[in-house]
Amino acid sequence: MNMEFIIDKETKTVSITAEFDAERDLVWDAYTKPELLDQWWAPKPWASRTKVMEFREGGRRFYAMVSPEGDVHRWAVQKYKSITPKTNFKFFNAFADENENLDLPGSDWDLNFIEQDGATKVHISIYNESLERLEKMVEMGFREGTEMQLNNLKELLAELSPAKETRQ
Amino acid sequence: MKRDVFQAIADPTRRAIIALIAIQAMTPNAIAENFHTTRQAVSKHLRILTECELVRQEQKGREIFYSLEIEKMKEIDEWLEQYRKIWETRFKQLDEVLKVMKKQKREG
Repeated sequence: MNMEFIIDKETKTVSITAEFDAERDLVWDAYTKPELLDQWWAPKPWASRTKVMEFREGGRRFYAMVSPEGDVHRWAVQKYKSITPKTNFKFFNAFADENENLDLPGSDWDLNFIEQDGATKVHISIYNESLERLEKMVEMGFREGTEMQLNNLKELLAELSPAKETRQ
Repeated sequence: MKRDVFQAIADPTRRAIIALIAIQAMTPNAIAENFHTTRQAVSKHLRILTECELVRQEQKGREIFYSLEIEKMKEIDEWLEQYRKIWETRFKQLDEVLKVMKKQKREG
């Protein structure tokens, strides 16, 4: 997995591009079906739990990032603004409390899916009204001390994964 | 007033000031000479940067010199780096999920 990650402080936009060794239908499903999304959205050891998800224009996803001990829930809401199946979707993202009261300002997300030779490129652009908000996003899945756990996980996955001869 | 440090560096003049004083400490007059703007405007930018703790002032004789708080700049980069790591981890996890999905599709 190659990732390009650019933070443009001037336009307050985070730009992320990554390519996955899977066809677009699968990648689209992984992004738009709650049972799949919850398997990867939270950086381990945090977990993603989707409480409500209506993937349609005007619909929303209400979910929490849950701490490894299960005692901390960081709630967020994603409101779908537009959906072009298999190609693009946009949502407004905001943190919230457990009753879905939004904690503004939020950020605007624009996700594009492009298939090329059986692989899929995903381009995500995130516009933050206030870049200070990014700080919160960092806190949301990441705390002091978790970096070591992440590295452990990386090693574990490397051991478990079969040889990646099909990948670049 | 609590300053958003990213507001501070979102302004092109302030970024230019940061680049200037990163090399050496400078007085407001010396900084102003580099811009087509008034001394007052530069003072205002310096005040914002000071409030953000991105610059520090040092009195030398009758002059005040401004220099960059390197540590503060490092802090910004450090948490941006954490953010990048979150996405890296997330995408590695997505890779694993996709691998399982592909397998299921082949077998289904």
